Parts: sequence; structure tokens; C-alpha cells
Amino acid sequence: MKKVLSGMCLSSVLMLLLVLVGCASGVKLNQVPVEDKSSSLVSADDVNALSGKSAVTSVQTTALGAMNMGPAGVEKVVYFDYDSYAIKAEAQPTVESQAKFLRGDKSRKVSLEGHTDDRGGREYNLGLAQKRSEAVKKSLTLLGVSEAQIEAVSLGKEKPAVPGNDEAAYAKNRRVEFNYR
Amino acid sequence: MLNAFTAWIENAWSKLCLQARALRAGLVVGIAFGALAFLGQAHAQFRVEVAGVGITQIPINLNQFKDESLSPQKITQIIQSDLERSAKFKVSTNAFAMDESSRPDFNGLRQKGLENFVTGSVTKLADGRFDVRFRLWDLIKTQDLGGASFAVVAPDLRRAAHQISDFIYEKLSAEKGIFSTRIAYVTKSANRFNLWIADADGENAQAALTSPEPIISPNWAPNGQQLAYVSFESRKPVVYVHDVSSGKRKIVANFKGSNSAPSWSPDGQSLAVTLSRDGGSQIYLISASGGEPQRLTQSSSIDTEPTFMPDGSAIYFVSDRGGSPQIYRMPAKGGPVARVTFNGSYNISPSLSPDGKFMTYISRQGGQFKLYLMDLTTERTQALTESTADEKPSFAPNGKLIIYATQIQGKEALMTVNWENKISARLSGQAGDIREPHWGPFLKGN
Repeated sequence: MKKVLSGMCLSSVLMLLLVLVGCASGVKLNQVPVEDKSSSLVSADDVNALSGKSAVTSVQTTALGAMNMGPAGVEKVVYFDYDSYAIKAEAQPTVESQAKFLRGDKSRKVSLEGHTDDRGGREYNLGLAQKRSEAVKKSLTLLGVSEAQIEAVSLGKEKPAVPGNDEAAYAKNRRVEFNYR
Repeated sequence: MLNAFTAWIENAWSKLCLQARALRAGLVVGIAFGALAFLGQAHAQFRVEVAGVGITQIPINLNQFKDESLSPQKITQIIQSDLERSAKFKVSTNAFAMDESSRPDFNGLRQKGLENFVTGSVTKLADGRFDVRFRLWDLIKTQDLGGASFAVVAPDLRRAAHQISDFIYEKLSAEKGIFSTRIAYVTKSANRFNLWIADADGENAQAALTSPEPIISPNWAPNGQQLAYVSFESRKPVVYVHDVSSGKRKIVANFKGSNSAPSWSPDGQSLAVTLSRDGGSQIYLISASGGEPQRLTQSSSIDTEPTFMPDGSAIYFVSDRGGSPQIYRMPAKGGPVARVTFNGSYNISPSLSPDGKFMTYISRQGGQFKLYLMDLTTERTQALTESTADEKPSFAPNGKLIIYATQIQGKEALMTVNWENKISARLSGQAGDIREPHWGPFLKGN
């Protein structure tokens, strides 16, 4: 115990020496704590001016109205294979029926909404789904629909038709939807 | 006996620290190791190695701010968690009856093993604001390292605390702090999408936008006041610019087809965006006030996720022109394209460090999406995380941390990682599916 205490004294002296030697410009030790007046605080005028700078004004968007009806009795979704933009043979009747409807009423406009499954980056998937909607657009124009009636857009992986992370869900989500305005 | 022994150890440690400081960086680690081996259990003030990562932590002691209970925000606790999250500091606390105007008892505090010491106070002003003051002391050099006073309204108290953290961080680590910066991110819950603005620690989140349709790709303007993002509120992707404090927003790209992936130019005058108006997904430059876009890429492939080199010289982007998505670069005004990533078949979402020397991105490796870093000088790449569903990285404005979205035990989370030591930290945030983070710039004017 005694040895420990004397070690303490010795180290205190040693520390004092080190501080005095090493820090000539420092404040003297053993000084009674006093009000510090030597260095004033940084002016905070600029900070004052920022009052309420953390404020965020919240904005709410409203939901869109309901979509208009497309052709009755016609499928409004076509599905795609993984990493593919090719319109499958089984989807061809849907595309043809939709084309017939659009040819018959030039006042109708369709939005082709491309989607991907849930895998991969959001922005890259927007690009992939855009390819799908543009593939359907191309089929429609080849079938005689005016380009002015079609807008091909992409919703990427943002609006899955069904939840889940298995192949069954993925297959339902790789799609293009026909939506009428 | 135990107390005396502890005191002796603290004292011995003070000496070690003094020697260490005299000898500076090179020997610090060795001495810390030696002391650790000798002492076993690490004392709170030790300049310790964090296991397995190889960094030296700076000890700092925060004294409870005088009258801190007046503040609705726990100032010292916010500073403590900021500094701890940086992984550069070993933080301890005290509650001496002192404030920023008290001169510390250097010898006494050193004997307790303290090296860097922060005092402060909170005062309620007559106009209802709070005056938060602090001072940072170097107890070893017996030096006043400076202080500041922040007279703020209650909602800015956290911000004041973060600015104090920035001051301490910058003084002691010689790097700029990012604690007072803001982040943006998106949550999805029950078919409601929210765009949040939060402090860099993920706290204090405020909704800038609430929508029944998806919101993606928020991107901070260099002025830290505006966000560009993609909103699907009209059932197609449209690019908006949104002033977060006023809530005023305007459409900058709503062309036929899809409009997405906005990225501000470093001068804040324009945005690189991905448009499909001419078919396919191609990169364009558009004025921040809207107008006619200028096409930058000419390909039949998907070109997207443009991001500017911070000096404005080049744009890095993602393209599948080689058959799989890879990162490329081109001059900022368009022109010859050079491939940047070669490892793996899926490399996306590039973000460049403020000094332009590093790129972080997401690489698919064996079916896992992982956060990567490329040294653009040596082209060496490394994975930064152990997670498997990483998304959307962006650098903090001091270039030291990267924020990204990932999944932890199947739940979405926002994380930061220090790419030098790979220490990661989870940000607190809103419940639900949390994603699309983007780290804002340094605050201007303070």
C-alpha cells in the first residue's frame, strides 16, 4: 500500500515536470479554477440567423383518380420471362385484342406500365421494365396503333403485383399492364 | 486498496499517454497494446485498439452541460453518440459542477486519466430560445481549444449539439465532421411512401413528402436545401426538385415515357437524368429550372444512374452496353465512354468520394448484393460489408463514411460504414421498409 502511494507521488511529480517542460505556453498548474476571460466564445451571430433551419415543411400528394375502362373481356397484363423483353406467344392474343380496341377508337390513350421482379437495383430495374413496355409499344404500332395513343412507362420493381420472394411471385411481377386514361 | 491501485494505474496511464503524445502517432499503438496486455480490463480513458480493425481511438470526456435539463434535447448524450458512432473516439462522461467558463483543474482531471475535456451549459433566453455554449480543453497541453455559443430555437437544439460534435471532431481528428449534415431516405409502410429528412444520426426525421405512390432516388442539391427525386404520384416516374424547408416543389423532367435517376451537377445549375423520351433509357443533362434536355449518351442499351465527378469533369453511370450492367464514365458533356468495373456481372449504383479518388457501388457476387469500394487510382476493389442485400450507397461529405440501405435479419435498415476500418453502425430511423438513403452536403454559412 505504502509503496503504491509513494509511486503515486512520484508519478505526479514526473507528470508535472513533463507538462511544464512540454508545454511552455500552457496555463500554470495548481492554479485555482477561475472564470475564463482570456478567450471569448466564437461569435454566434451566423448561427442565430439559422434559427429553425432544421425545419421541414411536409407535402402530401393526392391519389390519382380511378383508371378508365379498357376493352371489355380482354386481358390487361402480359408476362415476361426472367431477363427477357420478348413478348411470349401466349401473350400475343392479348396484344392483338388491345391493338384492335385502340385502332377502333383513336381518342383512347393507353399507358403501358412495365414492371420487373424484386431483384436488383431500383433505377436499373426501371430501365429493364422500360424495355418491356417499349417492346409492347412496338408490337402495338406494328399492329397499326398510332404512337400518339401510347405511352410506354416504367414502374421498375416499385409496384409488385404480388408480394413474395420466390419464383412464383417473381413470374407474376415481370409484366406490362395496359392502363387507360 | 483497490481504489489506490486503480488510482496508481490511472496515474501510470497518464504518464503513458503523455509519453505517447510526445512520441506521437507511430508509437501510440504499441504503447496502448502494451498497456492493455498489462492491465487486462481496459479503463474507460484508454487509447485503445478496437478489436480486429486496427484504429487508435481518441479519448474524450464530456462533462454534463450545466442546466442541460432545461433543454428538451439531451445535448451531451447526442454529442456522445455522435462521437462514438464515428469510431474515432473513446467517450466517457462526468458530471462536475462546471461550465464552459470554468477553468478545469488540469492536474486533478489528468490524474483521473482524462485527456480531452468538454464543458458547457444551457441557458434559456428571454425570447424562448436556448443558448448552448461549450468549450473544449486539451488537459495534457493545458490548452483551451476553443468553444462556441449557439442561440437556437428548440427544434434546432439537436443541430447545435451536432455542430458541437463537428467542432470536437475537427479539432481532435483534423478532419471535417459530418454530424450536422442531413440525410434523406424513403420509407414504405401500408402503401404509403414517405420521403424523410433526418439528422446524420438518423434521428429527428421529418417527412418532406407523403405519397400513395413510390418515391425513389432522392438526391441532395449542393446547397443542402433542395432535393431532387423521382415520384410516381402520376403513375409514371417524374423528376421533381423540392425545397425542403418551404415545401415548394417543381417538376424538372416530365417527358413522355420515364424520367428518373436525378443527380445534381456540382455547381447546382443542372441535373443529369435518365429519360426514355427518345426510346430506351438514356442520360441527359437538364437545367435545374427545367427546359430542354441535352442528350449525353447515344446507345441502344440501358444507360442510367448518372453521378458527377465532384470536380464536374466526368459523369459515371451504369450501362448494360457490354451485355451486363457495369459502371462506365464519360466526359460531363458527353463523349468517349470508358468502362470502369470489370469484376462480376452486375455492378450498379456508383457514388464518388468528394475528393474524386474513390467510388462506392453495389456489386452482385454469387447472388448477393454487396457494398464495394474501388480506389480509382489503382482500380483495386474491396467489399466493405458482410451483408448480402446492400443498396444505394453515397459518401458523407467528408468522404470518410458511406451510407447505404441493407437488410439485417430480413428487415430493412440504414447503415453507415467507415471504409477505412470497415466499422459499421446502424442508423435509427422510421419503422418499416427503409431505403434510398442519400447523404447531404456540409451545411453552408456556419
